[in-house]
Amino acid sequence: MTDQAMTMQAMIDEWYPVGLLSQLQPGGRKTALMGAPIEVACDAEGHARVTAADGRVLPVRARYGHVWSSLGAPQKELFPIPEADQPGRRFVDVGVVRVRCSPLRTVENFLDIAHFPFVHTDILGAEPHTEVQNYKVEIREDVDEVWATQVKFYQPQASKSASGGITTEYMYRVPAPTCSVLYKTCPPRPDEWDVITLFVQPLSEDLCDVWPWMALFDDETSMTDLIHFQQTIFLQDRSILENQIPRRLPLDPGMEIPTRADLTSIAYRRWLKRHDYTYGAQLVAQ
Amino acid sequence: MKLYDYILSPSCYKVRLMASLTGVTLDLRPVDFHPGAEHRSAAMLALNPAGCIPILEDGDLLLTESAAMLAYLAAKAAPAWLAGEKPEEAARVQQWLAFSSRLTASLGGARLHEMLLRPGDIAVLQRQGIAALRELEAGLVEQGVRGMRFLASERPTIADIACFPYVALAPDGGVALDPYPAIRLWSRALRSLDGFIEMPGIHRLHELKPEPPIPTVEV
Repeated sequence: MTDQAMTMQAMIDEWYPVGLLSQLQPGGRKTALMGAPIEVACDAEGHARVTAADGRVLPVRARYGHVWSSLGAPQKELFPIPEADQPGRRFVDVGVVRVRCSPLRTVENFLDIAHFPFVHTDILGAEPHTEVQNYKVEIREDVDEVWATQVKFYQPQASKSASGGITTEYMYRVPAPTCSVLYKTCPPRPDEWDVITLFVQPLSEDLCDVWPWMALFDDETSMTDLIHFQQTIFLQDRSILENQIPRRLPLDPGMEIPTRADLTSIAYRRWLKRHDYTYGAQLVAQ
Repeated sequence: MKLYDYILSPSCYKVRLMASLTGVTLDLRPVDFHPGAEHRSAAMLALNPAGCIPILEDGDLLLTESAAMLAYLAAKAAPAWLAGEKPEEAARVQQWLAFSSRLTASLGGARLHEMLLRPGDIAVLQRQGIAALRELEAGLVEQGVRGMRFLASERPTIADIACFPYVALAPDGGVALDPYPAIRLWSRALRSLDGFIEMPGIHRLHELKPEPPIPTVEV
């Protein structure tokens, strides 16, 4: 078995986003999944159809605004997001952004709050409010997901619907190796959470297409403003992600020194290692 | 003054930046460029048959070229940003305004390809972008020899604002800025101007750390 095949093994049966449902074309769109060229199209009935280069028809799910597929044979159904069926929410297709970095690095950055005041200055954070308060992190064995809860952070403009600075509460969830779901204080509906996701399509070990998607309670803001708010945030991250070294995410200690604020990242890396989810990762043993 | 705007567009940012530097308030009308391709909708094509943004409306004036928008904002609110009386200065402003379209085509094309998956020959776009950057670097070095920090003058003009965004965002298209010290100094000078604003990928200038105290050495 080649090194490439080894690192793909455990992740090959996972679901990955490969396109927007709203932009399916009969003529198809050529893209790639873990180094393999694939084509995403819609059939005569308008259903998504994903094919490999050898003509093999790949498994498909149409969910959360996106087409999902897999090069292997998924053992598990695509992870649930119950809020996606909740009435009154607005669903936002933010659109694809390509990033020259490991798909795992993209998820890891999404899980980090300590960078908010420095990268998303005056939006998701601001100096001198740089302290990350203590929060809880666990790997939930029953659902096999990484969860971080009770994450609190002062934010000058937490969302498009926020007016003025608020202390925002976050919950992070990693239900699949290249996907994360963020639950965040919803300014217009204090009893509900806004849902902001990061769905990452691994093109190769150091190149990915990122498909952010949101399910929000916000009847005021225009769809374009919601898209642009999220694109602003993500594009502030992009240049940082493209400059991270080493390019692949190190799973073994030694390469990087974590701090207390990095608890979620440590749990994510531990969970990836436990499952041999190493496509886009760097192991000391290599 | 109404600007049809996209937060990630360097050409739209030129106009937002110029407005901020000259104290003009814009009425921003966001356009769903990506993923919605609203700039190619019938309503937008009626405004600009070229199918691109920014578009600036003020009364019965409708502008679709960002260089014209910069000239208009400066003429209206801050004429010091236009060329002065010297013929060489006027010529250099025009030279770099026209040159800026090469930056849009090359570095801008590379950025759209690498970031938003737009079609294009990435190797050619990057090569053309590097050629343009080398020309800009040489131009800035020559200005430095003349004792001037900016492209056309000792003070910033609309030519600097026309060239700055696509240059600063070159790394988004996979073109590094490390080999161009004059461009980096020029970028720093522009980012330190009063009224400078950011866009995603172009960061504000972080304050310089205070100098470390140098202990006096007893001999």
